[in-house]
Amino acid sequence: MPRVIFAQALKRHIACPPLEVAGASVRDVLDAAFAINPRVRSYVLDDQSHVRKHMIIFVDGRMIRDRTGLSELVTPTSEIYIVQALSGG
Amino acid sequence: MALKILAATRKGLFALERTGTRDAPWQVAAIDFLADNVSMVLADPRSGHIYAALDHGHFGVKMHKAEAWGAEWTETPAPAYPPKPEDATDKDMWGNPIPWTTIRVWGLETGGPNEPGVLWCGTLPGGLFRSADHGATWEIIEPLWRDPKRLEWMGGGADLPGIHSICVDPRASSTVRLGVSTGGIWVTRDSGATWSNEGTGMWQDHAPEEHKFNPNGQDAHRLVQCPAAPDRLWVQHHNGIFRSDDAGQTWKEMENVKPSSFGFAVGVHPRDPDTAWFVPGIKDERRIPVNGEFVVTRTRDGGKTFETLSKGLPREPAYDLVYRHGLDVSASGNDLVVGSTTGGLWVSDNQGDSWSQAGVRLPPVYAVRFVDA
Repeated sequence: MPRVIFAQALKRHIACPPLEVAGASVRDVLDAAFAINPRVRSYVLDDQSHVRKHMIIFVDGRMIRDRTGLSELVTPTSEIYIVQALSGG
Repeated sequence: MALKILAATRKGLFALERTGTRDAPWQVAAIDFLADNVSMVLADPRSGHIYAALDHGHFGVKMHKAEAWGAEWTETPAPAYPPKPEDATDKDMWGNPIPWTTIRVWGLETGGPNEPGVLWCGTLPGGLFRSADHGATWEIIEPLWRDPKRLEWMGGGADLPGIHSICVDPRASSTVRLGVSTGGIWVTRDSGATWSNEGTGMWQDHAPEEHKFNPNGQDAHRLVQCPAAPDRLWVQHHNGIFRSDDAGQTWKEMENVKPSSFGFAVGVHPRDPDTAWFVPGIKDERRIPVNGEFVVTRTRDGGKTFETLSKGLPREPAYDLVYRHGLDVSASGNDLVVGSTTGGLWVSDNQGDSWSQAGVRLPPVYAVRFVDA
């Protein structure tokens, strides 16, 4: 199953160990991850369920571009890495 | 019960207490959320609950609540905007779509004494939220958010418009007045079901003639209401100091205010509507104390005259700026606190006649509140 990893900076505010969850797209995987750890959702996504302005999501090292639909596909061995963008200071 | 102070700062929430005698300096008693950006704090005297709004930047706005002074904090839901419709047309000043997401908590107040769980929350980009359950859940006030005149609001002090002042009328909790930067004064008399942008007399000298007196274009930096005489409102406006004697229907500009009528903060005495305090600065784009002299101004006659209060405030040149929530008046009306963007915090227990500096240099101060706990 795809593996979701949260950046260290997030862990200062909220417990968010890595998760292995099923899904074919970034949206699927994140929905499954947030079903397990609901509190972390609002730290990554805004009120419209878009990626927060100063957050970045990588899939297997490539930054996703669809920050509203989260439509990029993932594979069962993908690693989804969620990190703060330095644009946010 | 003893008077305490909460200071919401760029780098944490600081609780200050006075140790020992009445003359002892105010000292830091506790620090919460150290290094985090605390944009607002509220102590609810009805329940004893304390609320802190954090802006994590990357991770968004978060609300935290403590059930009592010194109690453990718990994260509670932050006000969240409803799904943005596909055909939403609201745009900011630059034509970019307005985000339907909470960017900052800029106003936080309790409801009236007859509605114990009610809280009101004003946000950037301009949404007003209400909680009926001590902050466990929030609902956006749709009629205001959907009002076409809301689309005329502009940023004032930030890219996006925001609601920073919320005055629940002590005569009827269903009547609530808002200060909006920039959107003037808005009022509901039915707990938020209907709204109107009211008040004539405020004006802005930098705007073109057609917009000078537009009530929806006014940058009311801060709105306060006298609890004992609720028809008396004070506004520290971008363009000066305004007073209303008819609950905001008409506004009169105060004249000959020295050293300056520009500023952000205003506080009113809870029982004497003619007594109010301001922190003046050089107007508009400079925003520093006049001649480097950091002072507080006070009127005791409804704005006919103003005194300059400086005893105990810095004698050397000081360039402290006090934001709109950086001044508070205690329930007795005797105690004042001001906190500045350069981390100064001064307290008076004699209505501003003299001040003492707290024994700490704080991060930039956004909001101060007295707490009786």
